[in-house]
Amino acid sequence: MAIFDQAIRRLSLSLSLSRRRSSLSFSTLSSNPLRVCVVGAGPAGFYTAEKMLKAHHGAEVDIIDRLPTPFGLVRSGVAPDHPETKIVMNQFSKAAQHERCSFFGNFTLGSSVSLSELRELYHVVVLAYGAESDRALGIPGEYLSGIHSAREFVWWYNGHPDGKNLSPDLKSTDTAVILGQGNVALDAARILLQSTSVLATTDIASHALEALEQSSIRKVYLVGRRGPAQAACTAKELREVLGIKDLYIHINEVDLHKSPEDEEVLKNNRIHRRVYELLSKAATSAPSHPSSSQRELHFVFFRKPDRFLDSGEGSGRVAGVHFEKTVLKGAFLSINGVVVTALSHLLYVAQHLNRTVGPGKQIAVGTGSYEYLDCGLVLKSIGYKSLPVDGLPFDHEKGVVPNIKGRVLAETSGDPTQLEKGLYVCGWLKRGPTGIIATNLYCAEETVASISEDVHQGEIAPTSTFPKPGRQGLLQLLDNRDVRAVPFSAWEKIDSEERRLGNLRSKPREKLTTYENLLKVATE
Amino acid sequence: MLRSRLSRIGVGIVKELSRGQCTALCRTSFIQRPYSACWRPQVELHLETKGFQGTIFQKHCQFSSTATSSDSANGSDPEDMISITFVGKDGEEKDIKVPVGMSMLEAAHENDIELEGKAWKIPPAPSFYHSDIFLCSSLILCFYVTAGACEGSLACSTCHVIVMDMEYFNKLEDPADEENDMLDLAFGLTETSRLGCQVIAKPELDGMRLAIPAATRNFAVDGYIPKPH
Repeated sequence: MAIFDQAIRRLSLSLSLSRRRSSLSFSTLSSNPLRVCVVGAGPAGFYTAEKMLKAHHGAEVDIIDRLPTPFGLVRSGVAPDHPETKIVMNQFSKAAQHERCSFFGNFTLGSSVSLSELRELYHVVVLAYGAESDRALGIPGEYLSGIHSAREFVWWYNGHPDGKNLSPDLKSTDTAVILGQGNVALDAARILLQSTSVLATTDIASHALEALEQSSIRKVYLVGRRGPAQAACTAKELREVLGIKDLYIHINEVDLHKSPEDEEVLKNNRIHRRVYELLSKAATSAPSHPSSSQRELHFVFFRKPDRFLDSGEGSGRVAGVHFEKTVLKGAFLSINGVVVTALSHLLYVAQHLNRTVGPGKQIAVGTGSYEYLDCGLVLKSIGYKSLPVDGLPFDHEKGVVPNIKGRVLAETSGDPTQLEKGLYVCGWLKRGPTGIIATNLYCAEETVASISEDVHQGEIAPTSTFPKPGRQGLLQLLDNRDVRAVPFSAWEKIDSEERRLGNLRSKPREKLTTYENLLKVATE
Repeated sequence: MLRSRLSRIGVGIVKELSRGQCTALCRTSFIQRPYSACWRPQVELHLETKGFQGTIFQKHCQFSSTATSSDSANGSDPEDMISITFVGKDGEEKDIKVPVGMSMLEAAHENDIELEGKAWKIPPAPSFYHSDIFLCSSLILCFYVTAGACEGSLACSTCHVIVMDMEYFNKLEDPADEENDMLDLAFGLTETSRLGCQVIAKPELDGMRLAIPAATRNFAVDGYIPKPH
């Protein structure tokens, strides 16, 4: 490692020198630019950088990331069989190659450099580091082996360097249960059920492809607390999983019964309507029994996990899930003595789960009736969670940084007059872990508009009277600490090596999945 | 048309070379758009996208109207051009000529019309912005026009446009399931919304007006659909 470190140090130093030199020859670079640091090189970070470069022609933007590779979830979240969705990397690369923009990876906010240091170095710091943890169910048995978060599973098959060691056991069971019915859950189900000959032509990590080739999983249960009218997935992902060749789909037709509240939801919400229609079509067109060789996908509605059971031999391995059946209740019930208690309980549950409860929104409540499902693998796809760093106001209940239009509030109580000057958020850290890539575009626009307003109104110190060291200061600080930043040019080396390796296997890309290999190629 | 594109690319390359930066990535992505399908064999730089170039092209053929890319190869003939008006978020209008066979996404890019996002007004230059900086940056930014996050491969909704006249909307072929899947996630969806990459210029569309949707401030794409305009 030491040798890579040294090489990276040389590389980043020479890069900073050449940047300094080249900056002299361009009149477009102001000597005292507005120095901006964006933390997190995913969609939120790149859209923020792009919008900042456009809105502030004198701004210099540095995007930093804890990984040596940029693009965040576009690289490690988007499923390998969705190459079109990853085309947006071209647009992000253009931003990174912009003369007033830089990318530096391989060092972490909070350990290599503190937030207060970054705020000293830059006029503007935008935190866009997303959500790298998971919500927990808080039920017995949750930490048995064989139970993983969908995030970990996604990182594993996408070759995230922190996901390689997950090694889910796909060989000692034929049944997997996925808790949740959002797009991440559907992605996970598709990866487990798809023919490996299809996956072999994608940029799926080779360790994952090997494991899937030997997988004995034939049955996947996708379990949701609510019904088909409330499923959180979108039509594209659903259509894809329903369209897997030679897959038996099972949906209980009785679950498709629509209540008046459901009718209302479906009438007013195009996404839910189209998802419901697809499910209902799949339910009616499916054969009643699978053929012997067929893999199976079961949509299970109105069930919430109650506890996980182990195999009983002290193995610590999951052997099944105990579910409680649920019914849907509107959040606003007619008031009488008994119901009020139930209502306050419901609202408490809803708040606890970080769900907005509004008129017409229905939540699932247990009925006291239970059932059991055997399985040897469980993926919890119930939501991501952001993590705080030192010195950052953080709303632990909602899992976001308290903010108004991207401006970080000093206190979680939400007092709009107490702002952290020069500190902003964007993406999942700002609004919670929902939405698609393009959602970040609008999210970034809002944050950048706030920054522009603050610059214009003098809320951010004028750069001419209060210059900040910016990039040069950051690289110096990292160098003093023997931390090796990886620049975009090093990522381009990784990129072309991955493409070269992929070419040998007729894949678009063979991802390097360890820090060691990534850094080795980066410094070659 | 092609010549102008060529010269633009040429200028782009010269400009980027002079900045001492890698050109391959930017330029190839420019070239890979569906309308430019005939150029593709010359471009072998960008391996990753090669795998699904076919898909993009197929989708394009499948969804496009009667006109094909080859029809517009000699797009300089004025008879093969139609007039389209883009109406921006602030109500400003821009009339452009579009060769038959070209998608509205590409037509917008050819004319430096941004489809995605909301145009925030740049605040008046504070004292530390020098005017020469502004000018030079603007020139560079001409080449910075985005191509839709997925570059027309029907994997995003950033080229969402609203057909302003039902009469024209009805002249379009119905959106395929794949386009509807993406429209589900578009911001500010209306009854006459389409994806710009799937609306292909044909003679009947001459005079069509397209509005660029104003960005909604609501981020809850998982459930919330803004009311139709």
